[in-house]
Amino acid sequence: MKKVLSLHEQYLRSVRLNKIKVLSIQLAILILFFSVWELAAQLNWIDSFITSSPSRILKTLGSMESLEIFRHVGITVMECIVGFIIASVLGTLIAVLLWWFETLRKVMEPYIVVLNALPKIALGPLIIIWVGAGYKAIILMTVLICIIVTVMSVLAAFLSCDDGKILLMRSMGASKFQILIKLILPNAVPNLISMLKINVGLSWVGVIMGEYLVSAAGLGYLIIYGGQVFKLDLVMASTLILCILAAVMYMGVALVEKFAKRFR
Amino acid sequence: MEILKMDGVQLTYQTPDGETEAIRNINLSIEDGEFVAIIGPSGCGKTTVLSMIAGLMKPSGGEIFIEGKKVEGTGNDVGYMLQRDQLFEWRTIESNVMLGLEVQKTATPENKEYAVKMLEKYGLGDFKKHLPKQLSGGMRQRAALIRTLAFKPKILLLDEPFSALDFQTRIAVCDDVHSIIRAEKKTAVLVTHDISEAISLADRIVVLSSRPAIVKNVYTIDIDGKPLERRENPKFSSWFDVIWKDVSR
Ligand SMILES: Nc1ncnc2c1ncn2[C@@H]1O[C@H](COP(=O)(O)OP(=O)(O)OP(=O)(O)O)[C@@H](O)[C@H]1O
Ligand SMILES: [Mg+2]
Repeated sequence: MKKVLSLHEQYLRSVRLNKIKVLSIQLAILILFFSVWELAAQLNWIDSFITSSPSRILKTLGSMESLEIFRHVGITVMECIVGFIIASVLGTLIAVLLWWFETLRKVMEPYIVVLNALPKIALGPLIIIWVGAGYKAIILMTVLICIIVTVMSVLAAFLSCDDGKILLMRSMGASKFQILIKLILPNAVPNLISMLKINVGLSWVGVIMGEYLVSAAGLGYLIIYGGQVFKLDLVMASTLILCILAAVMYMGVALVEKFAKRFR
Repeated sequence: MEILKMDGVQLTYQTPDGETEAIRNINLSIEDGEFVAIIGPSGCGKTTVLSMIAGLMKPSGGEIFIEGKKVEGTGNDVGYMLQRDQLFEWRTIESNVMLGLEVQKTATPENKEYAVKMLEKYGLGDFKKHLPKQLSGGMRQRAALIRTLAFKPKILLLDEPFSALDFQTRIAVCDDVHSIIRAEKKTAVLVTHDISEAISLADRIVVLSSRPAIVKNVYTIDIDGKPLERRENPKFSSWFDVIWKDVSR
C-alpha cells in the first residue's frame, strides 16, 4: 500500500524532483554538446584541425609532460586568486575610507571616474617596465581591472544606506565606527557578495590579459602560444580548463554567500 | 517632577540659498510620566524640535534640559522612534531589540533579560527568532517601540510613528503603543499631524504655528482611558473642533 504523504512532504518532494530535473537537463546539455562536437569531428562535418575535438583535447592533455599542465594551471590560478583577493579587500578598504571622509570622497570622485573609464590594458607597457614581466605584472593588471569597479560599487552600497537607520543609531549615541560596523557593513553584505561575483569574472579577464601581454607560463600563455604555432588543440584544452576553473571559483563565492547570510 | 525643559529654543538652518528660520521661540516644560503631543502645519518644524531634544542638532539659541542637565549631544537619555520602524532586516527581532544596549555597551544579562521580558509581555515572545520581514506592520512597530524602551531612556520621542501604517492597523497599534508606554510609565513626546490621534493619546497637546514655529497654544486634555475609549467620549469631538480651528487658523 502506498504511504499517504502530508502536504508538506509532497511539497518538499516536488521541490527535490524539480532540482533533480534541472540538474539532469544541465548535465544532458553538457554531454550532448561534447558528443555532437566529437561526432561532427569524426564524421568530418567540421575541420577538427581548426575546431579541435574532445578526443584531440584529451590526447593533447595526455601527451604533455604530465606535470607541465599542472604547472601552468597552478600559476594562473595563483595569479588570479591573489589578484582577486587583493582587489576585493583593498577596494573595500578604500571604499570604507571614502565613506568615512566625505571631503576625501569629493576630492577623489573625478579621478575615480577617469580611472574607471580608462582601458586598463593601455597600462600594460608601463606595468611591465615598473614591476617586470613576471607574475607580479599579471597580478597588478588583475588588481587594476577589478579594484576601481570594486571601490565604486561598494561605496555606492555604503552610501545607499537608509538615512533613517543612521539617524536611529545616532540618536542612541552610536559612534561613527559603530554605525560602520553595525549598520553600513552588514547592510551592504548583498552588494559585497555581488561585488565578489563580478570580481571572479573580472579577475580572470585580468589574468588572461596579463598573460597575453607578458608571461612565459600559465593558461593565457598556452592559449597565445598554441595560437601562434597553430596548435588549436592546445588552445581549446586551455580554454576548457579555464571554464572549469572559473566555475569552481564561482562556486567558492557561492559558498561564501551562504556563510555570510548565516553570520551577518 | 519636571523632566524636560525647553527654554527659548530657536533654530535656523543654513543652506546655500540662505537661512531658513525653522523655530523662532519655544518654551515648554514636560512633567515626568506625561504624554505630550505636538501638532502643527506640515513643515513647521516638528521634526526639528525632536532632533534637538534628541541631541542630534544644536539649537541656534536657547537651551534644552533633561532632568535639569543641559542636552549637549546624543546619549542614552532619549529614545527616538521614527516614522518607519527601521528594523534591521538582517537581525532577528530579539537582536534588533538589543541594538541600543549594544551601542551603549550596556548589554548585561539583566538588561538583555529585561528586553526579552518586554518582547514576551507585549506579544512578540514567539517571534524573537524571526526576521522583521516575517512580521506584520503592526508587530514591527511594536518591536521598534520595545527596541526604544530596552535601554530605558528617560524620554520617548515619537515622530509620526503610525503614518506608514494602514488605517486599521494604525488604530490598533496606537492602542498598543499607548498601553505599553503607560505600563512602562514613560514620558513621551509625540509628533503628529493627525488631530484625533493626538487627542486619543495625549495628556497635553502643544499646537505650533506655521514656520517659524512658536508655541501657539497648549491644551490639557481632560479625557482619560485608552485611545479607543477616548474616541467614543462625547468630549472628543468638542476637543477636535477646538484644536482643528486652532491648527487651521
Ligand atoms: N537639513 C535642513 N536644511 C535646511 N532646511 C531644513 C532642513 N531640515 C528641515 N528644514 C526646513 O525646516 C522646516 C521645518 O522642517 P521639519 O522637518 O522640522 O518640519 P516638520 O514639521 O517635521 O514637517 P513635516 O510635517 O513635513 O514632517 C521646513 O521648512 C524644512 O524645509
Ligand atoms: Mg517631520
